[in-house]
Amino acid sequence: MSKNIPAPASSQRGGSLLRRLSGNRSGAFGLLLVLAFLLVALAGLLGLTPRLPAEQFMSHRLAPPTADFPLGTDLFGRDIASRLISGAAVSLRVAVTAVALAGGLGAALGILAGFAGGRVDNLLMRLMDILFAFPALLLALVIVTVLGPGPANSALAIAIVYLPIFARVARGPVLSVKELDFVLAARCLGLRPFSVLLSHILPNIVAPLIVQVSLALSWALLTEAALSYLGLGTRPPAASWGVMLSESRALAERAPWMMVFPGLAIMAGVLGFNLLGDGLRDVLDPRLRGPGKGVRA
Amino acid sequence: MPRYLARRLLALLPTLLGVSILVFAAMRLIPGDIISATLGTEAGMLTETQRAALERYYGIDKPPVEQYFVWFGEALRGNLGHSVRHGQPVLQLILSRFPLTLELALLSMLLALLTGLPLGLLAALRHNTWLDFAGRLFALLGLAIPNFLLGTLIIFILSVVFRVLPNAGDYVQLHEDPLRNLQQLFFPALTLGFAFGGSIMRMTRSSLLEVLREDYIRTARSKGLAERHVILHHSLRNALIPVLTLVGIEFGYLLGGAFIVEQIFALPGLGRLTINAIGQREYALVQGVALFVALVFLLLNLAIDLLYALVDPRIALARHE
Repeated sequence: MSKNIPAPASSQRGGSLLRRLSGNRSGAFGLLLVLAFLLVALAGLLGLTPRLPAEQFMSHRLAPPTADFPLGTDLFGRDIASRLISGAAVSLRVAVTAVALAGGLGAALGILAGFAGGRVDNLLMRLMDILFAFPALLLALVIVTVLGPGPANSALAIAIVYLPIFARVARGPVLSVKELDFVLAARCLGLRPFSVLLSHILPNIVAPLIVQVSLALSWALLTEAALSYLGLGTRPPAASWGVMLSESRALAERAPWMMVFPGLAIMAGVLGFNLLGDGLRDVLDPRLRGPGKGVRA
Repeated sequence: MPRYLARRLLALLPTLLGVSILVFAAMRLIPGDIISATLGTEAGMLTETQRAALERYYGIDKPPVEQYFVWFGEALRGNLGHSVRHGQPVLQLILSRFPLTLELALLSMLLALLTGLPLGLLAALRHNTWLDFAGRLFALLGLAIPNFLLGTLIIFILSVVFRVLPNAGDYVQLHEDPLRNLQQLFFPALTLGFAFGGSIMRMTRSSLLEVLREDYIRTARSKGLAERHVILHHSLRNALIPVLTLVGIEFGYLLGGAFIVEQIFALPGLGRLTINAIGQREYALVQGVALFVALVFLLLNLAIDLLYALVDPRIALARHE
């Protein structure tokens, strides 16, 4: 492998990143989907729903989409559009918490392991191997079993599953960068290890981490929905896309809209973050091209 | 090779030990003790002597470290505890459910390979044509649709449009009635295989595109070799190495239990056993499954590494690590 000195990260930030991303067709489409999702989720967080998500209109049970209820109602006459918006907020909160936890801690561990090397590296990566020994969803399930169901605990479970992936993603570039001439030069100049890390190593691992964050968010959305579907994540009557889908199962024939809209919502969110991640990878680091290496439910 | 294998197996031991400690510790972290957790409110009705007897039965009257060694020692001898609700030893339960999960995983992998490989090849060879586009669309759909949604959709379409229920009646084992068994497993396998096939397609495509850009392919072409020969003999083998890794990892996930799909299609496999065990707070069973699956997963990863070395001559086993 040729050891090219990675481009300084400053040229990859801000406006130029957006511009380059918009030149990448699937990345741009992903970004649009993600923005739409964020907008809806934000509305949910602020409580801006046409009706209260839990309000029951008993005379309008299982109503098909109409002007009053644009996406129809469910078995209890609850407005599906409102529940979708409030569900988006739940998904966003869980996914962002999980990825922030996993990304922050995982990157820190990975950087530490890569930078320290030797025994510390060995020990930390061995610990990560233990987490890697379980299929992702099983690990999440076991953690939720221990902690009990609920959105906060699913976020924690998702974070633990994703922790080793972030650690590996952060460790790799640190290992390859820390022996490069410019880092050695900085050290020879007498910079303290921490400054070297901050100003010379960190900028080089930002790109792969950003890519991984997007892919991780996609997986977190999917897993939150899966856990809720199984009754282990967000629990009814709270609105969550997974809960809505699980409630729609028995009624799919009588009220297909109960399944269609949450289904489309999940797909759009998952697809959005996935495409955005792929697009970011193409734009930020052409050497990393290829399908995502994350995990799937 | 045998020496290498022995070394790799030995290297697995610390990981396995860690896995066992994690699994053991996790179950002790459950709020309250295992007796209240298992019995729920009924735990309050236990007399002092009953509780002491149960504590002895679960081994929680001893200090935690000792508990771990007792538990792990038993696990090494194949005793993973007893399932109260099923009235069976945990290991026996797991082994009785595993074949179904294994068959489902194999079938899904087969379907995924049959769709993903040719589509990926075609997409790469007809880069940027409508074929490429259609293939990528298929892959993206597979990626984005959660399998619990796809499974529900498939059942819905089958039952409403075609008026058939894929899993009417009890599950039939492969050796009892192969045809009926395959009928029952086909749609669950399709559900799982769709996403799997999508990832194989994407990986095959991007990997082959990458290989086709290599210098040695240009050399082969400029030597005047037939395109067919270049693809079959010079590109494919190298392009398929990352695909192999992907297939291995995804197959491993499936072996861990197709939790939701088994649930939706009412298949009594490992995934369903686990979900039910979680719901019924059968901690010994959850513990057993986690330990068993981790072992299978680790061995599978080892097998992939070995296979990797066989396919890729650049990886010399002796120099590995």
